[in-house]
Amino acid sequence: MNSLTTVGQKIPKRDAPPKAIGAAVYIQDMKVPGMLHGKILYSKHPHARILKLDTSRAEKLAGVRAVITAADMPSTFRIGVMKDNPPLKTGKVLSIRDEIAAVAATSPEIAEEALSLIEVEYEVLPGIFDPIEAMKEGAMLLHEETKSNVLKLPWKLVCGDVEAAKKEAVFIVEDTFSTPWVTHCCLGTSGCIAQFDTNNNLTMYSNTQIPSLAQNDYIEALNAFGLKNKRVRIVQCVIGGGFGSKLDTYSYEYIAIRLSLKTRKPVKIIFSREEEFFATSPRQCTITKISHGCDREGRLMFREIEMVLDNGAYTSWGATTPSVMMLPISSLYKVPNVKYTAKCVYTNNTYSQAMRGYGNPQATFAIESSLDQLAEIAGIDPYELRLKNANEPGEVTPQRFKITSCGMKECIEEVVKRLNWKGKHGRGAGRGVGMASLIHVGGGARVYKSDGCGTIIKMDDFGKVDVFTGASDIGQGSETIIAQIVAEVLGIPIDDVNVINNDTDICPWDVGVHASRTTFVAGNAALGAALKIKSQVLEAAAKLLEEDPAYLDIKNGIVFSTRNKEKSTPLGKALRKAHYTLGGKMLMAEYFYDPKNENFDKEFKGNLSVSYAYGTHGVEVEVDKETGQVKILDYVAAHDVGKAINPLLLEGQIYGGGLQGVGYALGEKMVYVNGELKNGNFLDYKIPTAKDVPPMQAVIVETDEKDGPFGAKGIGEPGLVPTAPAIANAIYDAVGVRIKDLPITPEKVLKALKEKEKIG
Amino acid sequence: MKREIGFTLNGEAVRLEVEDQWTLLYLLREVLEMTGTKEGCGYGECGACTVIIDGKAINSCLYPAMEAEGRAITTIEGLVSKDGELHPLQTAFINEGAVQCGFCTPGMIMSAKALLDANDKPTEEEIKDAVAGNLCRCTGYVKIIDAIKSAAGGR
Repeated sequence: MNSLTTVGQKIPKRDAPPKAIGAAVYIQDMKVPGMLHGKILYSKHPHARILKLDTSRAEKLAGVRAVITAADMPSTFRIGVMKDNPPLKTGKVLSIRDEIAAVAATSPEIAEEALSLIEVEYEVLPGIFDPIEAMKEGAMLLHEETKSNVLKLPWKLVCGDVEAAKKEAVFIVEDTFSTPWVTHCCLGTSGCIAQFDTNNNLTMYSNTQIPSLAQNDYIEALNAFGLKNKRVRIVQCVIGGGFGSKLDTYSYEYIAIRLSLKTRKPVKIIFSREEEFFATSPRQCTITKISHGCDREGRLMFREIEMVLDNGAYTSWGATTPSVMMLPISSLYKVPNVKYTAKCVYTNNTYSQAMRGYGNPQATFAIESSLDQLAEIAGIDPYELRLKNANEPGEVTPQRFKITSCGMKECIEEVVKRLNWKGKHGRGAGRGVGMASLIHVGGGARVYKSDGCGTIIKMDDFGKVDVFTGASDIGQGSETIIAQIVAEVLGIPIDDVNVINNDTDICPWDVGVHASRTTFVAGNAALGAALKIKSQVLEAAAKLLEEDPAYLDIKNGIVFSTRNKEKSTPLGKALRKAHYTLGGKMLMAEYFYDPKNENFDKEFKGNLSVSYAYGTHGVEVEVDKETGQVKILDYVAAHDVGKAINPLLLEGQIYGGGLQGVGYALGEKMVYVNGELKNGNFLDYKIPTAKDVPPMQAVIVETDEKDGPFGAKGIGEPGLVPTAPAIANAIYDAVGVRIKDLPITPEKVLKALKEKEKIG
Repeated sequence: MKREIGFTLNGEAVRLEVEDQWTLLYLLREVLEMTGTKEGCGYGECGACTVIIDGKAINSCLYPAMEAEGRAITTIEGLVSKDGELHPLQTAFINEGAVQCGFCTPGMIMSAKALLDANDKPTEEEIKDAVAGNLCRCTGYVKIIDAIKSAAGGR
């Protein structure tokens, strides 16, 4: 595979043309004949008892086809990771996004008007909005059936002996870091259309990241509704952004299903931007107490972390992010002794979901900020400290991750070289450089019992190929990557490969587009299927050419003998020969790839991923001491990606992740005051604009991962993981103040500068 | 209240009745079923609904449909030529990798077109200014800026 023709090329995304001409159909654009429009009534208060709920006036409004409340849902039906969330609430509401009624009407406007006619009386209850308060003895319990607001999740990792290491460490730092609620801000808001056929089989038009798992969720719901043994089909429209926001199924989907069942009509629910802000599940805020120690030479001896996470009122995957946080905590740099505990706590805030990095950004902010503090007291350049402790190929980390390919040192060196680190670090005077690294899963992540993805390939009489993959494209480009891999293996032009990836009726199973796993896992599944069908093609051509298939190959759609130039045939001719023969066959192949990674054991140890992705970001900043403004002068993002299947798309992931990271570092924060979101719009919740783009260099480091498709590893999430600490470290280098609470606003910088002056 | 208005849409004369509470975005998407123009927020903050009205990039979600009377309006659908050839900006967005989820893409391209129609050699700062009102969460804007530069250079 040394002369690649398609893999490694900057091939434009295959779904870009319909998107660029306005022809791509998102859920917003989708219409089904006879469709009704659903709207949801949310609680007015973050914690209250519902005394009265009267829907009679809404029901009488012309155009209203159904109004549902908790009474229309099976009383025991709950959603969420810990099954604590009824899709429609009765009795008590626990957050401002609590759904209490919903309407289906002939137009969105009528549905909206009907909501305003629903009368609700509340008895407002005092709420708990701070996880620390919620953890206290005797605190009010959000879920009365539980004994504590701390979720019953055993987040604890112990490797080696931290206490012993503490006694031996020469330099020790300890500090506390915190991160805010931030939200995905997909430009396309959430939505779905639920439709039943006459046999009560459900079709769901959706923009989920987890079609196969969502299918199971809906089947479970139909069972709860008394519809046993029904079929569920999920058809994904073009997805207007994911970033983890669509890793779960949500109340609105079950509400659409229930409204559709009740009205016998398709029901569409589309979130407004306001709903997208307050009624979807964001990345949770964390409080992290961290301690690091090293020996006299700067070799890391221990890392200890205690973390509190605001889970919000119900559970989604946000409650499980500590499992992925363990990855950087145990294995970012070589650190033999590690202890980590995390508590996820119920509060009357919104409830949390994973967002790009699945907890890794929160953990890495604390780790990489703390490492700079350690470097300072140890008197070592932060870059040298990192290089000295960098991960290496062949290493088995304390959490039992088996490091295969590892370009961490190369990434650090790229940043040092490109930023001119040695000429710039430690000069202060308002300008400074900082760096931070990352480790993330790069070869799948066995968080479910299966981490697999299926692929089916069929070929027509002319050598054109249909690839049916379980892997969803959420804009990152998996459709293109899969087409490249198949085209490369089969020796055909990429335009001859058609990828079908949006329909559970025809596509095989996949665990979902998460954990930066799609290029690796779906790529390997496509590779496996392509190799299988290739051998069938060569068998067929061997008969035609009277040649041993072992000496046949395909290039540019021509099957040829590698030892006899005379023997060659267009691919299509061989395929037609195989087809139009007595007892002939059309070529098809399937392959299910499930990586050889491990579920964690009871101690949260095991080789979670087949390979690990690395990267280092370096930043040069200028800090205005008068205003506290931070300006990024230069930004280098170096990533070990194994092999770049498509550098164009890969750079897009790095730039896109990097700028999301800049937003996380310098500006984004959901302002919740007593459970209410105060800045749920783009005016007040500012995501970076084109004006905020610093000079950015995306540096691709290739390490050829032996288990990756053509050597590739994952890149979806890593781009934003080390951004915030790299910037925080650069600010410290520039002006000597360390901001430990994201986002790093000018106010915080200014305040810290003033305090520093006072101390002198 | 309904009123009949006339305007030019993607080069063709249109006459139709509009309700006074309709926005131009509603008219385009719901009445004319031209869904290339997107709604990302509905209050003029994200730019996904950008169209060009008399040469200017405008958020159609805030623009009253009645105001279209007598104006020339171009939407993303109007950029492809009659024989199916893509506009250089569309080609540049595709080839430079400026499209990820694509939800912001039509609006982004319309803002870029308004810029290039008025200024065929924009500086990087002028490009950033022109699309500052178009939010994108996927790309980090780098390749969008590259695409606009490339389309400007290719003219």
